[in-house]
Amino acid sequence: MVRILLLALCFALPASAAEEVVLGLSRDRVSITAFFDGSEILVFGAVKRDEPIPEERLEVIITVEGPREPLVIRRKERRFGIWVNTESVEVASAPSFYAVASTAPLVVAMSEEEDLRSRVSIYNAIRTVSAAPEGTDTARFIDALVRIRLREGLYQRRPYHVVLDEQTLFRTSVQLPANISEGGYETRIFLTRQGEIVHQFKTVIDVQKVGLERFLFSLSREQPFVYGIMAVGIALVAGWGASAGFALLRR
Amino acid sequence: MQIYLPIAEVSVNLFLLLGLGGLIGVLSGMFGVGGGFLLTPLLFFIGIPPAVAVATGANQIVASSVSGLFAHLRRKTVDIRMGWILLIGGFAGAALGVYLFNVLRALGQVDLFVTLCYVLFLGVIGALMFVESVRALRRSGRGKPARQRKRGWAQALPMKMRFRTSGLYISVIPPILVGFFVGILSAVMGVGGGFIMVPAMIYLLHMPTKVVVGTSLFQIIFVTAFTTFLHATTNYTVDVVLAVLLLFGGIIGAQVGTGIGLRLRAEQLRILLAVLVLAVCTKLALDLLLTPSELYSLGPPGES
Repeated sequence: MVRILLLALCFALPASAAEEVVLGLSRDRVSITAFFDGSEILVFGAVKRDEPIPEERLEVIITVEGPREPLVIRRKERRFGIWVNTESVEVASAPSFYAVASTAPLVVAMSEEEDLRSRVSIYNAIRTVSAAPEGTDTARFIDALVRIRLREGLYQRRPYHVVLDEQTLFRTSVQLPANISEGGYETRIFLTRQGEIVHQFKTVIDVQKVGLERFLFSLSREQPFVYGIMAVGIALVAGWGASAGFALLRR
Repeated sequence: MQIYLPIAEVSVNLFLLLGLGGLIGVLSGMFGVGGGFLLTPLLFFIGIPPAVAVATGANQIVASSVSGLFAHLRRKTVDIRMGWILLIGGFAGAALGVYLFNVLRALGQVDLFVTLCYVLFLGVIGALMFVESVRALRRSGRGKPARQRKRGWAQALPMKMRFRTSGLYISVIPPILVGFFVGILSAVMGVGGGFIMVPAMIYLLHMPTKVVVGTSLFQIIFVTAFTTFLHATTNYTVDVVLAVLLLFGGIIGAQVGTGIGLRLRAEQLRILLAVLVLAVCTKLALDLLLTPSELYSLGPPGES
């Protein structure tokens, strides 16, 4: 009975690849509240297949990518004895958050061509547009970007961090730091054999400010006039209240 | 306990913010300064983005100045007419300052410029205050303080006006210029500018010392409120949650500080303040001079 059901399920699914991912997330929605202190997301799932397990080793690579944004990388240089921003490189689009976890080091788990095509490694996820003047060493700027974000936990490289049992069950955890920005976090799971992608699966984790955070942020962007008056108003009332309150206390 | 600031988009310890607000409050109560010149650099140190620190610092000063102004109004030590004249210059200066701030931000030089301003002004004011108060401390006990010249270049200019509370009959041009200059500083540095305004009023405008602080607070409230508003509407960088937490600590701290201030002598207070100002200045100057541990920095793309 179960077999028939499984079989029916397999036929019902379109584009039946030899191996497919059935995914679970501990949460598909992260709320940034006033007391948000980072969040851990468990990504787990199973590889579903209707053939015997192939000989070659299966590798699983999981990436989580935060909203992309353009940015500028600046380098300081000593000018007239003080450190000043001089050269800069513009990056067309870099993920605000990026984590790659895999069952083996990425270079082993995936061939270079596949990595380039699917933009899996951190360096390939960053898209540069060379607006830099002649002779600027763009690579060093990109290195700096990756170094800074790795240090802040915004970029993460986790080889061996995906656990794979019996070539079927896999799981990993992704740590979102406290200073993330909101948006859709694209989560991709790649199954590879001998460096080639045999299957890939995509889903989105929604990260959003909620409650007071949501309200204040939207107000500041959509009604900056009202927000500005509110900010000044709070200050005036607080200052007046403090003065009046303590004058009463002294009496 | 961490708290996530909605505009700064960073998570900071709640008690650290309350403590910081309290510390600034104690200082402002002790010395009668707004404390903005210390608050903004301290916010940089704890990782608040500079643009947010400057804008929110201005908002914080509105509150502490209002609180101080009421005390002065009760004692009738506010020259409101002079305040309005200073304000005319102040508004123009603040508008130019916010514009300047945005241009520098696009160029990627805003941090440098703000830091340089701090080093320059804190260094000069701190050194002057230190020398002056050491002299005053030596002189005290014998003789009277040196008498000021009553007539200055402010008398020679046109458009004269009578300021009853200050007992002055001077041209409105110097106060407008002073206001303008302080307005720029307030927008760029996120400070009220009291530490520039007070000496300027005493030494350039020859106002009586007793009305100087109240009048300066009067004008600072309007200029910083205007600055906050401009930053909120053009840069979206005012963080209300941050401001409220700092305020809360500040209000309590100010009362403690006033108590401490009453027990110390004026000259001792000024020396302490001078040392503090010089310490902050040195720290900022070292950041510019020493080789930073990370030469690269990330920022939003410029407008160009």
